[in-house]
Amino acid sequence: MDIRRRGILKAGGGTGVLALAAAAGLIRAGGAFAQQWNKAAFETKTVAATLKALGGGGSVESAQVQIIAPDIAENGAVVPITIESGLAKTQSIAILIEKNPSTLSADFDIPEGTDPFITTRVKMAETSNIYAVVKADGKYFHAVKEIKVTLGGCGG
Amino acid sequence: MADPMRIRASMAGDKVEVRVLMSHEMETGLRKDANGALVPAHFIQNVTVTHAGKTVLSAQWGTSISKNPFVHFRFKGGKPGEKVTISWVDNKGERRTDEAVIISG
Repeated sequence: MDIRRRGILKAGGGTGVLALAAAAGLIRAGGAFAQQWNKAAFETKTVAATLKALGGGGSVESAQVQIIAPDIAENGAVVPITIESGLAKTQSIAILIEKNPSTLSADFDIPEGTDPFITTRVKMAETSNIYAVVKADGKYFHAVKEIKVTLGGCGG
Repeated sequence: MADPMRIRASMAGDKVEVRVLMSHEMETGLRKDANGALVPAHFIQNVTVTHAGKTVLSAQWGTSISKNPFVHFRFKGGKPGEKVTISWVDNKGERRTDEAVIISG
């Protein structure tokens, strides 16, 4: 694949540049990671608790939030998920997996100028509902989709 | 240390389409090794993507993001030749920053 080839090219040519970037970037890196990790939210075990920890007690189901993912995932270790929001002023997109040991999988901040669209890959312990929770204009909206898992992705 | 990220940033109309593949174990802390001992959790917690000094995406991750994480997103305001910089930091404080030049679609 193209992306892979480019990656290898980068890996070969980029090492020196990277060392420089690291040297120059150490101070900046501190700033870049000023964002905290919401430990309380990532330790939640239910959808309701996660929503509360994220600050959205009253989330409303919305057809404007779309989850694009397979109905059946053969391998729970790698389940591709795309979430797209049609809501104006989308600020963040969170992925919740109801039956995983920890409900919250990821929370993406969407600054102005970035499309309210994200694709990533997640692990699923078992067949479960996936919740896409979108914060738009200060309010919370969500969509739900069940994904059936043939082979669990955690534990092993 | 972690291998470099594979980043592809290309123009799609007036937007920049970014695809990144990171190299990370993403251990959940729930898995046991061959001797039955728990493998400690080791996973990326924060990801930040910047372009021209502005954050275009930031994320907090838990343990359920797949091994060798993949992210795909789009942002406005980039031009071919400009750089996109991606950084992550994991729960052990290890971090990595890589950048890619935006190519014309």
